[in-house]
Amino acid sequence: MSATTFDAAAAARAWRPPPLIATPWLRYAVYLGALAYALLAVSTIEVNWTRAAEGVERAGRFLGGFFPPDFITKRSDILEGLLESLTMTVVATGLGILLSIPVALGAARNLAPLPVYLFCRGIIAISRTFQEIIIAIVFVAMLGFGPLAGTLTLAFATIGFMAKLIAEDIEDIQASQAEAVRATGSSWFQLLAWGVLPQVRPRLIGLSAYRLDINFRESAVLGLVGAGGIGDTLNTSFDRYEFDTAAAVLIVIIVIVLACEYASGFIRRKVQ
Amino acid sequence: MLLTIEGLTKRYPTGDLALDKVDLQVPAGQVMALIGPSGAGKSTLIRCVNRLVEPSAGRVQLDGVELTALGSAALRRARRRMGMIFQEYALVERLTVMENVLSGRLGYVGFWASWFRRFPRKDVEEAFRLLDRVGLAHMADKRADALSGGQRQRVGIVRALMQDPKLLLVDEPTASLDPKTSRQIMRLIVELCAERGLAAIINIHDVALAQQFARRIVGLRAGRIVFDGPAEELRAEALTDIYGEEDWSQTIRPAEEEDEAAEAAL
Amino acid sequence: MALLTRADGTPDWRRRTPKADLLVWAGWLGAVALTVACFQFISDRTIWAFVWDAPTQGADLVARMFPPRWSYASQLWKPLLDTINIATIGTALAILIGVPLAFLAAHNTTPSRLLVRPVVLFVIVASRSINSLIWALILVIILGPGMLAGILAIALRSIGFIAKLLYEAIEEIDSTQVEAVTATGASRPQVLGWAIVPQVMPAFAGISVFRWDINIREATVLGLVGAGGIGMQMQASINVLAWPQVTTIFVLILATVLVSEWLSARVRHAVI
Repeated sequence: MSATTFDAAAAARAWRPPPLIATPWLRYAVYLGALAYALLAVSTIEVNWTRAAEGVERAGRFLGGFFPPDFITKRSDILEGLLESLTMTVVATGLGILLSIPVALGAARNLAPLPVYLFCRGIIAISRTFQEIIIAIVFVAMLGFGPLAGTLTLAFATIGFMAKLIAEDIEDIQASQAEAVRATGSSWFQLLAWGVLPQVRPRLIGLSAYRLDINFRESAVLGLVGAGGIGDTLNTSFDRYEFDTAAAVLIVIIVIVLACEYASGFIRRKVQ
Repeated sequence: MLLTIEGLTKRYPTGDLALDKVDLQVPAGQVMALIGPSGAGKSTLIRCVNRLVEPSAGRVQLDGVELTALGSAALRRARRRMGMIFQEYALVERLTVMENVLSGRLGYVGFWASWFRRFPRKDVEEAFRLLDRVGLAHMADKRADALSGGQRQRVGIVRALMQDPKLLLVDEPTASLDPKTSRQIMRLIVELCAERGLAAIINIHDVALAQQFARRIVGLRAGRIVFDGPAEELRAEALTDIYGEEDWSQTIRPAEEEDEAAEAAL
Repeated sequence: MALLTRADGTPDWRRRTPKADLLVWAGWLGAVALTVACFQFISDRTIWAFVWDAPTQGADLVARMFPPRWSYASQLWKPLLDTINIATIGTALAILIGVPLAFLAAHNTTPSRLLVRPVVLFVIVASRSINSLIWALILVIILGPGMLAGILAIALRSIGFIAKLLYEAIEEIDSTQVEAVTATGASRPQVLGWAIVPQVMPAFAGISVFRWDINIREATVLGLVGAGGIGMQMQASINVLAWPQVTTIFVLILATVLVSEWLSARVRHAVI
């Protein structure tokens, strides 16, 4: 420990601040790559500057059209769209959760045999990959316009979301607790009810509340492809240049999302 | 007098009175142990000195400068003269040992220089010297969360010394360490204080350690000073005043024997 | 859990008291009734003849979708690259704006809890509650169709997401490390840079990559409202009922999303 053997001055000369990426060549490759990408990517944006310049004035008119928001003229349309969105949300969330439980059990490697596992993971992958809108397009093509297509879309998306997270949760449960239940000689279903469910329940409830919130938000855009909900109302009002009604619809959406957020936050706090 | 505390009072918003008109003076170069039961206000007292906790009333003077009256920029300059060492080390876990040590110089360099880790060469040299002094120079580029408890506390000590302080505020330095490392850390702090002529206020709940390493002991109970004297005058009656009724005959001065036992075990 | 006394005076054990039992059952009954009522509402707005026809329609659709028209892929590389660029530049923009907002919103770093914090929280909620497709719809009206509208739509939606998750991470940091750096005499910006930023770095990297992954998905559909990317080709193909082309697009989207998901999982593992 004596200072005579240690040359602090030399060590200080040699010391460099630690870089973010330790390997030098990788560091420069990442920096150069990022720079090159940024330049290339930005250069592909074809901005029509004359159009964008008009945009300022257009935005002024557009925002002017927003104020004051008009809740009255299309009151029945807004109400109808809102009711549709809310009912779609409720049914889709209920249905989605109900269906996601068996899928989640099947997608948990510690509960399901391999073929079942692969099948359930496949469902999850498809449901998570495609944006809700794309699924909605397919459902609308099959079932015709209307809220049923939207409901099934949301239910399908709910399955992927819930099943993946619940399956991960089941795979993370304490094996000792499940083993203790199994040791009492219980059946597979009893194992689920006593060994698995108690450990997963708080997360199941929390995720359901969260998904309810997401489903409402998504239901607001499905109308763009004809799958019902308040998005229909929004889309129609944009098409007809009724921006004051559009503003009203947007305000309604924000208010309800806020309410959903507080409600789901409240439920999650209660459960944990 | 290096540090003068007069009528220091702290009442938390919850209504708890943590400090009740504390008067205390610490001369330059004196190592002082502050003992007392949990919740007696030890932590609050040292945090009121560098104003991590704002006192409700009273005055604190360091080298004639009234700390309690300082604005934020002047307070930052004053804080450079007071190094602080924490119970759970309080190193920035995701930074390297060297970065943690250099963070002791933050009060001396500008924001951008510190953001790009451009410290004066002599600061880095001093950092290496101190790290070598505590036996950790070879760990300079390790991340702080890769160190053991004793090593982390040494880095914490070096960080405090980098500030070039006059006074060390030490908050339960050994509470998270095993008995042997605790003694090593205490000895290191006392030695470094002697080498550099620093005063120190050491909060500690281990009476035996306090007696072994500090000349002066101050006992705090419910926010008031109930004992202030040399370590060898700390008797069972005083401990009863501080902590309440208990058989103290085994507590006083057994530390040295324990320490020898620990040394022998090496 | 409740200990009860049977009629004959011996103790009995039930999970809940009879009253609590009744409440739980009433809760379930209420939930089911609500779902059924909501479904009734949706059902009234559904032309069931179309739905019963769905299997035929579905089979017909699948028949028309296969085989995919692979030659069409050669026209898709540019739009696909645009899609990735929209997601990446949009995410970068959102990070640039969202990170400062997060520091203004977190209660331990905000300059003012009474003035700044509520305003920033409102901005975050507004950004989060409007889907990027709706943002795109609005921006296309203002700026005209093209990538710029898409990039801004992605950015506007992501700002709230990034800011919310990041400010929650900032609020959860270890305060003793902040205390220690403050005690050295560091200024507020220095405390931010030395004690807070290092602690939230892993969360920040995880959140950014996670959002980028989501944005790739979102960017695939922005074209439906004219905001650039592969969705434009999808819309055009659907309009002329060129289903084999749509299948090709779906396959490309699937591959892109899988790659981006794999990449983001890798990065998130690396930083934790």
